[in-house]
Amino acid sequence: MNYCLKGKPLVSIISAGLSKFGRHTDLCAREIFAYAAKEAFMRCPRLDPKRDIKALFIGHMGESYEHQGHTGASIADWIGLLNISATRTEAACASSGVALRSGIFAVLSGLADIVMVGGVEKMTHRNTDKVTEYLAMASDYPFEQWNGITFPGLYALMAKAHMHKYGTTEKQMALVAVKNHFNGNMNPKAHMHKEITIEKVLNSIPISTPLKLYDCSLISDGASCAIITKPEIAKKYTDKPVHIIGSGQASDTIGLFERNSFTSLMSAKLASKKAYEMSGVNPNDIDVAEVHDCFTIAELIAYEDLNFCKAGEGGKFVESGNSKLDGKFPTNTSGGLKSKGHPVGATGIAQAYEIYLQLTEQAEKRQVKDAEIGLTHNVGGSGSTAAVHVYRRD
Amino acid sequence: MAAECEQCGKKHLPPRPICDNCLSENFKWIELSKKGKLLTYTTIYVAPNQFKDLAPYSVGIVQFEKDLKIPGMIIGIPEDKIRIGMALIIHFDSIGSQETWHEWPRYYFKER
Repeated sequence: MNYCLKGKPLVSIISAGLSKFGRHTDLCAREIFAYAAKEAFMRCPRLDPKRDIKALFIGHMGESYEHQGHTGASIADWIGLLNISATRTEAACASSGVALRSGIFAVLSGLADIVMVGGVEKMTHRNTDKVTEYLAMASDYPFEQWNGITFPGLYALMAKAHMHKYGTTEKQMALVAVKNHFNGNMNPKAHMHKEITIEKVLNSIPISTPLKLYDCSLISDGASCAIITKPEIAKKYTDKPVHIIGSGQASDTIGLFERNSFTSLMSAKLASKKAYEMSGVNPNDIDVAEVHDCFTIAELIAYEDLNFCKAGEGGKFVESGNSKLDGKFPTNTSGGLKSKGHPVGATGIAQAYEIYLQLTEQAEKRQVKDAEIGLTHNVGGSGSTAAVHVYRRD
Repeated sequence: MAAECEQCGKKHLPPRPICDNCLSENFKWIELSKKGKLLTYTTIYVAPNQFKDLAPYSVGIVQFEKDLKIPGMIIGIPEDKIRIGMALIIHFDSIGSQETWHEWPRYYFKER
């Protein structure tokens, strides 16, 4: 079936929750997730979670961090939903973007009317070397990992190629970090509350040239969730549902080196094309977007892949101020992965949570006025997976 | 070495059990030139434990023929002398990492 909904909802979000992002020294992943779930339950008093939620899809990247796999069952139990159908989804940093899409499949199949989708990761108890090693598992093992290529390394290879092909500068990349830290400073749940300057980014220590410490997103602990249902019964549970009107997911080679282009992500282009077509929405209609800024270069490439600007013009786009809170395409109002933090499995639905807040006018100081249409862009690995969703307020 | 699909002619590096273009399982080995062109590179300062002793080290993606590319370390060229487009050759040897991972054939790139 080829969905072309022209704004008609695919599913509706009736509630959402997010833990504080940051360092949770005393909590393990299932406990952090419980706080996110509790928020979602509290926001939706008309829902009886134990009676109504029929399935759980939980994005979780790595069992290595806590030596704990089997995340579906463990999370279901720890949020009081023991015995329901509970499934883990894994697509590296897009693990919960694909959890959301799996939840949509479940609702549309008719097998489960009300589904919880979410994501979680606990990372900060591991040192940076270990986290670097675990994250690299999302890349090609025999050729990339075996040659010592890290995740910052892969995005640095894209950054160098982008700079060479289009003249993109380190200063333009730094502007992404400055903007996202500005936004994150207004988000009480962000990992880092600190405004930074271009100089601070440019003078930070090298991680993988040209990417420096402040070009990189944060290693964080955190959890996110949303409760989705069939549009026709959403109003039974809330007066203010947020509708998902477009969903696209695509994959690409596991190795960056096998691709024709190192300056754009084919998966993100294909996923967004599908989501735009399904929703009938044009890039110009987007009022607020959360994009996968795992590294500053990734946000510039996202502008291009999502058609906010032409290929190669991401640097100029951020310079123009278009992606600032008061610009034409406010992007990463939450602070993004850069400042809100990047507990990898939680990120995709943390993006959906921000759009949920924006489209229900609950984003407080970072509220985009009259936001009607939102978009999330969640990327796994170096672009081997991308999930893009388009949202509309009721 | 690379593998060429005997059905559709697509060349694969690394070789695969099934051609992703035509799904054939029939391949023949072809020999590639050791000379290639650097498409992009980076110098890694923060490395995983297995490579910590080597850091900082440079890595790049080298193209041997159209669509035939592999990533690897660039040895013996200072970071500020590495340029996109420069000519490199592949050299088969260990790069001396400390890891305890499975054995794979090792190689790196150096100047011609």
